Amino acid sequence: MSGSENAIELNGLTKSFPGVRAVDGLTFSVRRGEIFGLVGPDGAGKTTTMRMLAGVLAPDEGSAVVAGFDLNRDAEGAKHHISYMPQRFGLYEELTVDENIRFYADLFGVPRREREERSAQLLQAAGMAEFRSRLAGKLSGGMKQKLGLVCALIHTPEVLLLDEPTNGVDPVSRRDFWRILYTLLDQGVTILTTTAYLDEAERCHRVALLHEGRMLFCDTPANLKASLPGAVLSIVCADPRPVRDLLAGMDGISTVMIVGDGLHLVVRDPQRMIPELRSRIAAAGLSCDAIEQVAPSIEDLFVEAVQGDKADHGGER
Amino acid sequence: MNGVAPTVVVRDLVKRFGDFVAVDNISLEASPGEIFGFLGPNGAGKSTTIRMLCGLLRPTSGEALVAGLDVAREPERVRQNIGYMSQKFSLYNDLKVIENLRFFAGMYSVPAADLKERIDWAIDMAGLSGREQLLTGTLAAGWKQRLALGCAVLHRPPIVFLDEPTSGVDPISRRLFWELIHRMADDGVTVFVTTHYMDEAEYCNRLVLIDRGRIVASGSPLELKEKSMAGDLLLVECDQVGKALEELQGAPGVTDAAIFGNALHLVVDSAERAITEVKEFLTARGIEASRIERIRPSLEDVFVSLTSLNRDNRDNRDNRDNRDNRDNRDTPEAIGKGDKEKGQ
Repeated sequence: MSGSENAIELNGLTKSFPGVRAVDGLTFSVRRGEIFGLVGPDGAGKTTTMRMLAGVLAPDEGSAVVAGFDLNRDAEGAKHHISYMPQRFGLYEELTVDENIRFYADLFGVPRREREERSAQLLQAAGMAEFRSRLAGKLSGGMKQKLGLVCALIHTPEVLLLDEPTNGVDPVSRRDFWRILYTLLDQGVTILTTTAYLDEAERCHRVALLHEGRMLFCDTPANLKASLPGAVLSIVCADPRPVRDLLAGMDGISTVMIVGDGLHLVVRDPQRMIPELRSRIAAAGLSCDAIEQVAPSIEDLFVEAVQGDKADHGGER
Repeated sequence: MNGVAPTVVVRDLVKRFGDFVAVDNISLEASPGEIFGFLGPNGAGKSTTIRMLCGLLRPTSGEALVAGLDVAREPERVRQNIGYMSQKFSLYNDLKVIENLRFFAGMYSVPAADLKERIDWAIDMAGLSGREQLLTGTLAAGWKQRLALGCAVLHRPPIVFLDEPTSGVDPISRRLFWELIHRMADDGVTVFVTTHYMDEAEYCNRLVLIDRGRIVASGSPLELKEKSMAGDLLLVECDQVGKALEELQGAPGVTDAAIFGNALHLVVDSAERAITEVKEFLTARGIEASRIERIRPSLEDVFVSLTSLNRDNRDNRDNRDNRDNRDNRDTPEAIGKGDKEKGQ
């Protein structure tokens, strides 16, 4: 353990593949004992970043320090302190849950006594204690992901790198998964996780929002949401399309979006806007039920931030 | 919607694999122009239901009418009347855009007289004008997804099934996609969405939540958030979040507790009482709560609260039966295996 308060530091980290700059000058740090989320859609550069931090891919430019090791100089040294769970974690489908865990315990050189205790604890937390003799290939997607996590944690890493661990996992298993992550914090583990689900950002202490290899924002979820220029209004109405057509492009409204119950708007000044919306809608002979301010989501922030350059991701109408 | 015949009618639908009941007496209706969300955890019976509605799997009992056709009696005609799109597959990456469209037009038997108009329509809808000759694999995710949608509805089906259509797609493309879906619904198409991503569920007009093969809740997203949770939801900001979680689990009046970053979400019997009680409870244990307030539950909160009610039973049942295929019964492999076992 070095004296630094950061478990992970990235400085201008960059990686290109033919025709695409996958990671473009990424700079941020993850404090010790933090759950930090790297959040963005598919193709934002999350996996490439994780692979560089895990020491399995060399950056073109920039540097990264993980658990006190400069990856450009001593990536091998860092590996002893990292546990990395890639998207397709290597589980042996024809081995049982227990046998998979034993395999990884051998690989990481975990003493026999310790592994028994630890795997019992982890399986309990994962709600999998009863499935020890089931073949890994017979587990559901959520269970497989949890088993991957158990295997990755059979030794106690300083830094845990998780690449889209909850991809395809239903909300119930997702909660189990996060519960395990939070218990790890008490053991001094630092966690960097990626997710394509922007709502999952809410579960992290801090997040970096990624888009096309670049970082849009880096802050706590609460601060990020507070930084949205304007506010989100929800209009409940049975027939939202004409209301939408009426409001699109109106001064003071930057986004109008149809959702299941009506519309979501991003507006500059909600207090002034609510009565104005009511009178406009009524004047056009249309109707709506409630208009109220709702909490913005990370997705709202993301959309407001990248709305300028739509063409690149097929966003033109 | 009064007077309009529903496009999907499901009555007492049951599917058994051996002695296992995957779909247990489900009834529902979806109307023209409705965006209908079908939610549930892995293994809840979602895919099995959809496969029956698509005429791919024969119900054990009960009835399902899709576009007025009985799925058990006329599965072929049902398939001609539906569109199906999944985020995961459906397009051929090594074919050009135009070739994919022609392929799907052929597969869905689009009449030759309509072919040009339908393909032009799909290209326009997907925003792919001028890109007809590009290899599909080189398209950005948002375009690919809209092309897949175009392919799925070339034959103008009255019903389209979407399976997690926008997971992982960037938010702007996703919003555009849902805009297209809403436009389709305006034209009278019934859109049947299966997902366990709650941000997709928010775009649906009506939701049905299933767990262990049974419907446990239904309503609009707002109705579910306001009415279907057993209890109220509190946001608690405090120091020592981990310790607070441990202490609060099983505290009187608290039915569930989960960490969200630096805060906790608690499900409590009554918010009014709990706000003061929780504060005192924490203070007595040396934890300082800086903020406790009632918040509106998200769809995910609703989902978890309604499905996890059954969880303990579910796990017990699982152990007792020691059924190896219990967990992955909702995966295509598992269902395929079930079919084979039944000799289909």
